[in-house]
Parts: sequence; structure tokens; C-alpha cells
Amino acid sequence: MAQVIPSGQKWWSGGKSPYNVEYGKLMMWFFLMSDAFTFGAFLISYGHIRFSSNAWPNPNEVFKAFPLMGEMNLPLVFVSLMTFILIMSSVTMVLAVASGHNGDQKAVTKWMILTIIGGLAFLSCQAWEWTHLHGEHAWWGRNPFLNADGTQSSTNFTNFFFTITGFHGFHVFSGVIINIIMLIKNLRGDFARRGHYLMIEKAGLYWHFVDLVWVFVFTCFYLL
Amino acid sequence: MSNEATLHGHPEVTTHDVHLDEHGVHHHKETFITKYVFSQDHKMIAKQFLITGMVWAILGALMSVLFRLQLGYPDTTFPWLEDILGSKWAKGGHIQPEFYYALVTMHGTVLVFFVLTGGLSGTFANFLIPLQVGARDMASPFLNMLSYWFFFTASIVMLSSLFVESGPASGGWTTYVPLSALADASDGSRAGMDLWISSMALFVVSSLLGGLNYISTILNLRTKGMSMTRLPLTIWAILFTAILGVLSFPVLLSGLILLLFDRHAGTSFYLDKIFIASTQQALPNEGGSAILYQHLFWFLGHPEVYIIILPAMGLVSEVMAVNSRKPIFGYMAMVGSLFAICVLAFLVWAHHMFVTGLNPLLGSVFVLLTLLIAIPSAIKVFNWLTTLWRGNLRFTPGMLFAIGFVSMFISGGLTGIFLGNSTLDIQLHDTYFVIAHFHIVMGVSGMLGMFAGIYHWFPKMYGRYLNNTMAYIHFWVTFVGAYLIFWPMHYEGLAGMPRRYLTYSNWISFNQFADLNKFISTVAMVVFAVQLLFVFNFFYSIFKGRRVVSQNPWGSTTLEWTAPIRPGHGNWPGEIPEVHRWAYDYAKDGREFIPQTEPLGSNESAH
Repeated sequence: MAQVIPSGQKWWSGGKSPYNVEYGKLMMWFFLMSDAFTFGAFLISYGHIRFSSNAWPNPNEVFKAFPLMGEMNLPLVFVSLMTFILIMSSVTMVLAVASGHNGDQKAVTKWMILTIIGGLAFLSCQAWEWTHLHGEHAWWGRNPFLNADGTQSSTNFTNFFFTITGFHGFHVFSGVIINIIMLIKNLRGDFARRGHYLMIEKAGLYWHFVDLVWVFVFTCFYLL
Repeated sequence: MSNEATLHGHPEVTTHDVHLDEHGVHHHKETFITKYVFSQDHKMIAKQFLITGMVWAILGALMSVLFRLQLGYPDTTFPWLEDILGSKWAKGGHIQPEFYYALVTMHGTVLVFFVLTGGLSGTFANFLIPLQVGARDMASPFLNMLSYWFFFTASIVMLSSLFVESGPASGGWTTYVPLSALADASDGSRAGMDLWISSMALFVVSSLLGGLNYISTILNLRTKGMSMTRLPLTIWAILFTAILGVLSFPVLLSGLILLLFDRHAGTSFYLDKIFIASTQQALPNEGGSAILYQHLFWFLGHPEVYIIILPAMGLVSEVMAVNSRKPIFGYMAMVGSLFAICVLAFLVWAHHMFVTGLNPLLGSVFVLLTLLIAIPSAIKVFNWLTTLWRGNLRFTPGMLFAIGFVSMFISGGLTGIFLGNSTLDIQLHDTYFVIAHFHIVMGVSGMLGMFAGIYHWFPKMYGRYLNNTMAYIHFWVTFVGAYLIFWPMHYEGLAGMPRRYLTYSNWISFNQFADLNKFISTVAMVVFAVQLLFVFNFFYSIFKGRRVVSQNPWGSTTLEWTAPIRPGHGNWPGEIPEVHRWAYDYAKDGREFIPQTEPLGSNESAH
């Protein structure tokens, strides 16, 4: 979205935004950098503890359940579904932002609703997964799973799992709330009146960030 | 939709005139609440930060007076202490050990975070950014207001921890685990510690909201002609401070969240194989790492010292150039060294952890990176000295404090070279040498820089001057007193005297320092009294000080002095001034100073 620069004017010489963005978007980018450090600190702590432990549980054995499938061995299938849902909700968010650029209020409504549903679906999946693990006596300070080599595991496997996925879930939750507010504002015609859908774009930045973080959380807890 | 519409959708971005209609001086009626309490005017928010910071500074300094009383006079009883503090904290007129630890912990927390971060950055970032870059207000005045009220709430929570039955946090301002994680380990690790964590979390939110605002205002809202290299150094310093805060405080937040889980959810992030003597109990926690907490803490903790010192450096650079009537020496070198310090700040945290069993190879990497900071620091010091060199010096109180800052920064910086070496640190770690070092280079320097700023910009804040006589007394007693307090501590530290001890009477080897400790304590009380004089001067002058009669009393080039003496919300009536030159045109072409707003002459090139 490059703006034509009037000849003789320089971007950084004052009187305008050097990045051609309004302040809210700039703030959102810096906030996301800050939040990346929050998650980074959590994940690095996790790595630090995990690599100083002699052994660690095997995620394929821990995360193998699927709703209504009983004792069937389906390693990582459920979490793959969760990941798919979250990524799809990012796609619908992109489409909402694109509709905003076209000034299409109705399409924005449609895609925002789908994004919210995606977010709620992800949260529901997480709620099921947590409940299931809790049913297996896993919780903060309690770890029923053995290490991959059959030895007794410390509780830090579950400690980190619940803390970090919980913190991420909290972010998804706030994202859903933000998206609902955006939806209401769109339905009331606030953005159409304003002539632009910047707020949708900013909510989108946050939503994609939450999605991106999940990719790292997913990798660290389920794949490695 | 065009970008033109995008940019102008929010009037604050470029269309300053529209903004004036929203917040213009003439338009809206203000009530007491919107003007003094929930104000969205950056100038009022700055004053709120300043006064809250001053209240904290007095409390924090009072704590140091109390524990210096113990350190200087360990065998004397002060019955009045028991009258004031009750028999739990001062039984028989002696400061009790738990209370002593609470005092040093809260002294550190209060001074580092609430005075020299909240008070210093909060005041001058808020006050100076819009006025010096030429903006009506911050990018988001509302978030700015929230930033103050989060700070205020954090303050209330921290203050309330002083009054809980088991006492405030008392494991040192770094709140190292496992002491801070286990309620049974000490009284200060009970409710007081939870309040400490909650308060710090609120503080992080406040700092984040403020920092985001500072960064986007500096980048987005500069007036026409105000390119980055025309910014006064105050603004550059605040920009780097805000970036440091935005990127390092979240790591502390993560560390504290993990700590909270260890305290209340039975996790073992930081805990491993612990036996508690007080309850004769072995804990089940296994697999955690206490050192992990130190890494997380110092990843904030080290940038934090630059969050304190960079704004002070910016204020000093500006005050010094104005009162030397000379351009700042090496403007680009000043900016470059600020940037270098900002980057290095993130790469040196483990030098606080040399004696934790850190791999010596890793230690040597951190030694190298730590000593690299001496380069930008030295560049800055030499630039300040060369700014003074053959300047037409005016010894205003602000200028004296600025010179005092440079002196302190040199003295404290030199001992940093000792401590930055991992081998020397084995001897010096946790001794009074460390206390002397960081109080001089960070604490006293930060305070002197802040005073330089307060004395210099007080006329802009309140339209009156501070009383000069009281100001000179304040400066000389503070400056000389600070050296008298902290210089001798180097000798105590070299002799191996450890910090954080209640009394040294049982050590024959430290008996030689008994008189020295008494001396230090006495001077500390005198210096404290002089700060009260300053507080009196401050509040007296707000109402009764000599009025400022000219718009630009210091003969300064920067934009804030083109605004009215008592600017309303919106700062400039009518158009925002346009900038045509850099901020340091002093003693040029036979003129004392040329304001930034003056167009270039025919014989001048752009600068």
C-alpha cells in the first residue's frame, strides 16, 4: 500500500508518519513485539528445563485421544484438527481485512463471524483437551505420564504444558472478545461511516500473531 | 480506499488542525476531575507521574535512613522507633532482622521501579515528547492516562504490602527464588510477596502502555521539518528507553507468572530438592531451576538500569548544551552511542550471575560484551566534557546537577570495569563494592539527571521558577553527600564486607569500619534532610515562586519554549510551529542561539 510521495518530500522529515501508518497500527506492531518476548521467555524457560532433564514424556503417547473415540490410539490427530481450525480462522480473518479494503460491510460481517466461530471452536477443543488430561490426573503440580524411557517424570511436563497453552488460550480468548467488538462495531456501521476498516486490520494483526504463536507452541509441546 | 483516507481517518496522525478542534484550548470546559485527576493532557500526566514519584522517593529514602540507623548504630537503642513502628518491627528500639530485610527490599524496589523508572521516564517522556517534537499531545492521550493510573494502582498495591501482618516482600529487590517462592522460608515471602508480584505486573502494564505511546508519538507525530536528526537528544534517549522497556519488561512478567504458579499451584519451575528448616520438611518439588529465575529476572534487570540512566543522559545532554551556550559536541556520536547502549543492554545480563556456577567460557563472553559498554559510555562522557570545554557556562541549578551527573557517571562507571570482570567479581560479588558501584552510577546519577531536568523544565511546567538559594544548597549537599556516603563503601567492599547483613559487630575484621559506618549513616541523614528542603522548594514554588515573564527564559532553541508560558491542552494556540534546523544552533553566526523554528538564512546549508 504505497502512497505516492509528492516530489521533494522525504518520509522521515516530519509532518507525517514515516511508515505511512496511523499510530494505532504502529502501537499494535510494537505491542506484538513485546508480546513475542513474553512468549519467547516462556518457551525458552521450557527449553531450559526440558534440556536439563534426563528424560521427557513422549507427546505421541500423551496426546493420543480424540472425542468420542474411546481408547483408540490417534496420536496428535486432535491437536492437528485444532491447529487446522486456528489456521482456517486466520484465513477468514485475512478475507475480512480484504473485504474491509474493498469497503464491503456485508462481507466483513460474514468473515468476522466465521473468524469468531473458528476462535470459539479452537477454545472449545482446548477445553476438551484440558478436561481430558485433567481426567487422566494431569494438572499443575501433577504428572501421571512416564518419561519416554519408562522412568518417573518430573511434574514440569504438565506444569509447562498447562501454563503455556493456558497463556496462549487466554490470548485466543482476548482475540475472540476483540473480534466480537469489531463485529458489533461493523454491524453498527461505525467503519462504513468512518470510511475505512483500519480497526479490523489491527484486530487482524493480533489474531495472526496469536496464530503464529500457536505454531511455536504446537511445535514445542506436540512435535519435539 | 486510498491511503490518504487511511492516514486521515485518525485526525491525530497528520491533520493537526482537526486535533485542535477536539482538544483545543478554547473549546472545552474542564472540570476539576478531567483537569487534575483523569486528565488526558500529557503535561498534567507528567506532573502526576512526577509528584507520585516524589512521594515514593521520600518513602524510599526514609527506608534507607531507617536501615542506615541500624547499620551506623547497631548497639544503640532508639525507643522512639518502637513508638512509631510498633514492637513487631522495632522491639526495644532495635530494628528487627525481618524488618531490616523488608526495608532494604522495599528501598530497592521503590527507588528502581517507582522513582527512577515510573517517576523519571513517566515525567519527562510525557512532558517533553509532545512539546519537543511539536505535537498537540501523545498519539493516544487515553492510553497515556491509563498508563498513569496503572502506575498509580501498582503504587497503591505496593504501598499496601507495607501494612500486611506478615510484612512486605523481604528477599531483596531481585526477589530470588527459592526464598521468594516458599511462604515458609520467611515471613516476607507470604502475602507481601504476592502483593509485590501483583504490583509489578500492574507496573509492567503501565510501562508497556506508556512505552508504546512514546515510540509511536516520536515516530509518527513529529511536526513538519522535524526529521529524526533534528530531534533534541532528550527525545532520542526517551525513544531508546521506551524500546528497552517494551522489549524487556514482558520477560519479567513471564518470570513472575511462573513464580506465581510455583507459589500457589504446586509447580516446580524454579524449585528442586528443597528442605525447609523452619518446618523441618522436605518438599516434593523436583526438576526446576533457581538459576532460570535469575536469567529471566536479569534479562529485564540489566536493561532496567539503562531504562534509568538513558533518560537522565538525554536530560543532561540538553541542559548542558543550553547552559554551555554551545552545540552539543558530537550529536551523531551521542545518538549512535545511545543506540549501542540500547543493543548491548540486552546482551550482558549474565554478568550479574558470574558466581552462580555459570560456565566460565560463557562468563568470558559476557565479560567481553559487558566491557564493550565502556566504549559508548566513554564516547558520551567525552562529548559532555567537550561540550563544556570553552563553553560560556551558566551555572544554573539545572546545569550544576547536569555536571554533577557527569562526575558521578564517571566515578561509578570506572568501578563497573572492576565488576564486569568475572574473576574480580568472585571477590567483589555481594559486597559493599557493588552497593557503591550501582548507587553511584545508576541511583545517584539517575537522581541528579532527574533533578537537572526538574530544575530546567520547572518554569515550563508551572510558569514559575524554583528558589535558587534552596536549589544551590540542595545541589551541593546532595552532590558532596553522595560521594561521602558511597565512596567509603568501596573500601568496605574491597575488604570483603558483605551486603544485606543486619549487623557486623560479631566480625572482628569489620570492626575497623564501625566509625566509618556511623559517618556514612550521619551523612545519609543530612542528605535526606536536604531532599525535604527540595520538596518544600518544589511545592512552595508551584504557588509562590518567582513568575516566568519571558517565553524562553533559558534562551533555548527547542520547540517547548515557543509555546505560551502556561500552555493549554494542545500546547500551541493556532498552527504548530514548523522546524527548519537542528536543535543545537548555539553560538552561531555571532548569535547566541537560533530557535529551531527560524527559517534557514541565505548563507546557511540545511542541517
